[in-house]
Amino acid sequence: MILIPAYNEEGAVGSVVAEVRAAMPDVAVLVVDDCSEDATCEVARQAGATVLSMPHHLGLGGCVQAGYRLAFELGYDYVIRVDGDGQHDPRDVPKILDALEREGCEMVIGSRFIEGGGEYSGFLRGLGIVFFRAILRPILGKPVLDPTSGFVGVNRTALGLFSRSFPLEYPEIEALVVLQRKRFRFVEVPCRMRPRLAGRTSITAVKSLYYIAHVLLGVFVNILKFEGRRK
Amino acid sequence: MDRLSNVIAVFSLLLIGLVLGSVRRAHIRVEYSVSWLLPALVLLVRSRCRGLERQIAAALGLSDTPLALLIVAGAIFLVVLYRFSLIISNLKDSNTALAQRVAILEFRIESADEKIKAAARS
Repeated sequence: MILIPAYNEEGAVGSVVAEVRAAMPDVAVLVVDDCSEDATCEVARQAGATVLSMPHHLGLGGCVQAGYRLAFELGYDYVIRVDGDGQHDPRDVPKILDALEREGCEMVIGSRFIEGGGEYSGFLRGLGIVFFRAILRPILGKPVLDPTSGFVGVNRTALGLFSRSFPLEYPEIEALVVLQRKRFRFVEVPCRMRPRLAGRTSITAVKSLYYIAHVLLGVFVNILKFEGRRK
Repeated sequence: MDRLSNVIAVFSLLLIGLVLGSVRRAHIRVEYSVSWLLPALVLLVRSRCRGLERQIAAALGLSDTPLALLIVAGAIFLVVLYRFSLIISNLKDSNTALAQRVAILEFRIESADEKIKAAARS
């Protein structure tokens, strides 16, 4: 299943769904609409996706977890998340699915920093990525090049875990630590990232600082829950 | 000292009155009103018992009894805030889980409806 979290993305979500369906014609596409105030829901349906509508705004983590829960209950083996703003290139979805099947790991991250991937990222995000790479290196026991990437695929084992326990606000980095806590494995594959197709980013300087503080605290709390280092 | 004690006593009485009024109008549930009524009562008793006041100041190593009163008042309300943080966090988790469950159930009902309609048409 392809999972597309979307909030007020009426300008982009239709193209994203169409591109995903073109790349993976036989795969179910689920848009999780986080109680958008615009026509995201209708546009997604018209583009051919099924839509899971949140009754009120939950934020990215809550929205993605709802999709994971539904996918787990429906018995899907693999779920690949593609953002609804069009920053992820759906032509890379088969690459992620292939890596999930071939590597047998619990999570595959689409990375813009591996050779063959695209390097689009804003200045603030770029700084954050460098910072969190350094923080995560000793925690994960191996380097992660693109820790803030939301272009991820998970297998059924990780799906079961995330449907029970998933960071609610800024999930990408904390999810890696949750995985590590359970001694699950992840790999990165090169993926292209693009500027968003429509709308404007909600990230501001103040929000970036809050993001860093929030994620650092979340990582620290998850370390406290560690059940032992990966063997 | 007398003035501060009186101010705190009045404040405590106002707080007790406000909380009891809110409970009566069902704006605050009884179990959560305890978090306010108990500290308010403690502050009221402390502001009226000078001996107790001096004993606590001595136990804290403070020669200034009004300062001791303020420190204890602050500590009590920090505990109250901590309790409410626990309650709010728990409510937020429950709320998120409920919202997700509602969305999934609606999705499944709609899917079932569509299947029934399709079966009826064929």
